[in-house]
Amino acid sequence: MAYLKKSPWLLHYDASSCNGCDIEVLACLTPLYDVERFGIINTGNPKHADVFVITGGINEMNRQVVKNIYAQIPDPKVVVAVGVCATSGGVFRECYNIAGGVDQVIPVDVYVPGCAARPESIIDGIVTALGILEEKRTKMKEQEGSA
Amino acid sequence: MTSIIAAIAYLVLAPLVGGLISGIDRKITARMQGRVGPPILQPFYDVAKLFEKEDVTVTPSQNTFILSYLVFMALTGALFFAGEDLLLVIFAFTLAHVFIVLGAYAAFSPYSYIGAERELISLMAYEPMIILTAVGFYLVTGSFYVGDIAASQAPAILYLPGVFVGFLTILTIKLRKSPFDISTSHHAHQELVKGLTTEFSGATLGKIEIAHWYETVVLLGIVYLFFGFNPLLALVAIAVTYVLEIFIDNTFSRMKWQTTLKSGWGAAAILGFLNLVVLYYFYLGV
Amino acid sequence: MNELIFLIVFPTIIAFILLLLSNNRMRHAIVACSALVISAASIYLLATSYARGAVYYTVPFEPTSLVMFAIEMGIALLLLWLGIRFKQYIAIILVLIQSALMLFYEFTMGMGMEPVRNLFFDQFSIIMAMIIGIIGSLIAVYAVSYMQTYHDHHPEVRDRRRFFFFVTFIFLAAMFGLVFSNNLVWVFFFWEITTLASFLLIGYAESEEATKNAFLALKMNLLGGIAFAAAIIYLASADPAGGLLELDALIASGQAVALVPAVLISFAGLTKAAQMPFSGWLVGAMVAPTPVSALLHSSTMVKAGVYIIVRFAPVLAGSLAGASIGFVGAVTFLVASGIAISQSNAKKVLAYSTIANLGLIVACAGVGTYKLIWAAIFLIIFHAIAKSLLFLCVGTVEHRTGSRDIEDMDGLIVRMPRLAVMMFVGIAGMFLAPFGMLISKWAAIEGFIDAPFGLLFITILAFGSAMTVFFWAKWMGKIIAVTPYGENVEGTVSREKWAVLSILTALTVLAALFFPLISSGLVEPYLLGVFGETARLAQDNVIIMVLMISLLLILPLSFPFYAKEEKRMPAYMGGRPVTADLRFAGSAGIERTMTTRNYYFTEYFGEGKLLRYANPICILLILLAGAIAAGAVL
Repeated sequence: MAYLKKSPWLLHYDASSCNGCDIEVLACLTPLYDVERFGIINTGNPKHADVFVITGGINEMNRQVVKNIYAQIPDPKVVVAVGVCATSGGVFRECYNIAGGVDQVIPVDVYVPGCAARPESIIDGIVTALGILEEKRTKMKEQEGSA
Repeated sequence: MTSIIAAIAYLVLAPLVGGLISGIDRKITARMQGRVGPPILQPFYDVAKLFEKEDVTVTPSQNTFILSYLVFMALTGALFFAGEDLLLVIFAFTLAHVFIVLGAYAAFSPYSYIGAERELISLMAYEPMIILTAVGFYLVTGSFYVGDIAASQAPAILYLPGVFVGFLTILTIKLRKSPFDISTSHHAHQELVKGLTTEFSGATLGKIEIAHWYETVVLLGIVYLFFGFNPLLALVAIAVTYVLEIFIDNTFSRMKWQTTLKSGWGAAAILGFLNLVVLYYFYLGV
Repeated sequence: MNELIFLIVFPTIIAFILLLLSNNRMRHAIVACSALVISAASIYLLATSYARGAVYYTVPFEPTSLVMFAIEMGIALLLLWLGIRFKQYIAIILVLIQSALMLFYEFTMGMGMEPVRNLFFDQFSIIMAMIIGIIGSLIAVYAVSYMQTYHDHHPEVRDRRRFFFFVTFIFLAAMFGLVFSNNLVWVFFFWEITTLASFLLIGYAESEEATKNAFLALKMNLLGGIAFAAAIIYLASADPAGGLLELDALIASGQAVALVPAVLISFAGLTKAAQMPFSGWLVGAMVAPTPVSALLHSSTMVKAGVYIIVRFAPVLAGSLAGASIGFVGAVTFLVASGIAISQSNAKKVLAYSTIANLGLIVACAGVGTYKLIWAAIFLIIFHAIAKSLLFLCVGTVEHRTGSRDIEDMDGLIVRMPRLAVMMFVGIAGMFLAPFGMLISKWAAIEGFIDAPFGLLFITILAFGSAMTVFFWAKWMGKIIAVTPYGENVEGTVSREKWAVLSILTALTVLAALFFPLISSGLVEPYLLGVFGETARLAQDNVIIMVLMISLLLILPLSFPFYAKEEKRMPAYMGGRPVTADLRFAGSAGIERTMTTRNYYFTEYFGEGKLLRYANPICILLILLAGAIAAGAVL
């Protein structure tokens, strides 16, 4: 059974966003969008999370932090890069201190573009991520079975 | 024999009832906030998911402590529904809680450590009142045994209104509702990360949830005892009580630990104690 | 009768042998052997005598009493000399008053006295003898090894080990004498010996602080001694034939006769049991080497105080004076539990926890119904075992890690795994179901509910227990926290220490497992003999307790399974890169280390803060008890 899809808990991390995307992510929790309808909870804790939502590009200060947090999310897990900065670095791409998008340090499963990304597209991105999450779980199960 | 059946029924049914209550809780909470809210069965989905996840831990002794927590919480409820001594139930309850606290300490993580400390504060806050509640039942029914208390025809609530209000106060603490959700919370209070439960994940976190369901049923069982003379009224009272708890949860913000301690002890020292004094010296004429 | 005399005389002989012996190896052997003999003798006493009820022996009052009197006067002279040497004038005055009382008694009344049944034992004495014989001698064995290390670590302290073990064994002998004497004059003699012994042991280090605290203990206990002496004079003048000096006759004589001496002797008990306002001496006593603390707190000294109050419980029961003594205990329990929260020195926490538990025993004994005495006796038993274990654990930790502060016990489970588990068991024994102390507290709640002022006592008990849970659990959390750093330093702990610690750990668990046997074999017959009725735990509750203990023994078996299966991951540190010893780059690039600290709530539960209220309350309660007793005389 795929309960994973019915109960995705997400962790929201602001890499170096201008807070525009962060506000949109939080907007998803408000009564208007209410993502808890889908069982989505915003946990503050990587050890409880299934979906890693990152806003903003990677800079030298948080490169290691993002890696650490990603490592601390138990499998199966997916990464959603929200906003154009998280997907590619955006307008900051060429800055001296920006490494680029999130995929420079950890594997990203879903890219949600936009500046800022709209709540609808964020929700859409997360729902897409749930499919990938489910695939990963099946793969994990198979590996356990074969191991 | 009936007591063994009751205990087994509790062990099987309590997680279902507790999970359902938790689902209804989330639904009502969402409605109070003008949201649609998750499906009623969402808590079950959550726990089922947690068991699907990978098992990771900081240190394996955590898991032993949490297993003990679950086992003793289930035992607490089984003793309660088997009609055993209420004081023994309370002691088993405390033991179970000490185990989850120890599990959080074991990880040696800053967040779970402070969660553990705060959980101990709330444990210290509710302990006097819950003992006075048991004493109140004894004064009214002449027995510490849950079976006798539940079967008693004495309208406990009429003798123990202060104790009941005091118990509601610590019920709020016990259910970790705002303003007393100092150790961990279902809401996104992120300054503690998840406090007590920060370092638990996967199946272990699932066990904590299940233990919490067991716990909820025992606590509501104690509410039942106040109205044991009329089972129908008792069920209504439980429903009203729980909705009230949700309402309190949504009306208050989290407060400092001092508030928790003062509320719990104040409830015991003022509401509980005065109520019992009146009962002891004026009605029972000891 | 021979076994009683043996238990008193044998440790005395050993004491003198140890005083003369300077060879360390020989001392090791003699202490170990005599500990074995003393334990065996007390077990023999249990095995042969538990079913015999109260047995009284006729021992000629003279010339033993004359010898005792001579020794007492010798002690008084010694104390006077020490008092003058250290300029402790209050102590000198107290010694003089007490000696004057005893001289007065001896020369105006003592001559015509012929109490005959001077030695006795009953089930309660046997329980006490077991505690003294087994736990006391285990501590002595531990002390041999401990004192070796102690002198290595403290070169500034003069090596007076011969004297140390001399006093220790005299202490044990005096405790045996105390619980086997049926003659109050004899009880008083042994009582004074324990006062002297604890005075000498507390002052062992000869530092300024040690001397000061030793004299504090002496002064407070002399105050009790004076009350005790007054009780003897009162009884001697009430019955010139000396019949009332026999403990059993006195207790059976009813409140009209016995209340005044009962209150006076209970006051002596309060001082010895370190109840507020006399708690200071026991807290100060922690300057002594740890085995001394273990001895004072578990099997000797303070237990003598509660022993005598529990003995007099049938007299105190139902009287207002008894209730106020009970309230002294209750207030002490509440306040000492609170203060324990604010302490981070492990020995101080243990000291306040002892004071608190003794308070609970006094509360039970002061109210004195049979149910409460059941609880009180079990509190004495379980407390003795668990507390001796904890003191010895702390002593071992202090020698290995150099600190007795709880804040320094982070990750003890990593550095000293076996010891941490033992300490864990000891702490669990102090406050968790289904271990002993909790059974007793439970019995106390059920006992108080039918007793006068019961509700007040229960409320105090409820608050006190809540605080107890808090300070024990946070300590437990410290030692079981698995730190990612730290290496095992257990290797150098000596075999003797391990043996003693393991036996005490096993006893903590076994006592909880077999307490129904202790109850039906010893405590219930004693209560039936004294009160004509008895309390016991219902059958189904016993089964549940056993079930819980079995679960507690089974659940740790899941640990190897988890240790094998689980994937490990470091604790969440906000995603920061962290080194293995938990250092990380904080803001502005400053390196910081992750540390954890417990809550102490000094602003609410500080020592000075709470004692400021508790001491006057307790003094008032004691004065109230005294006034009631005085009213009875007039």
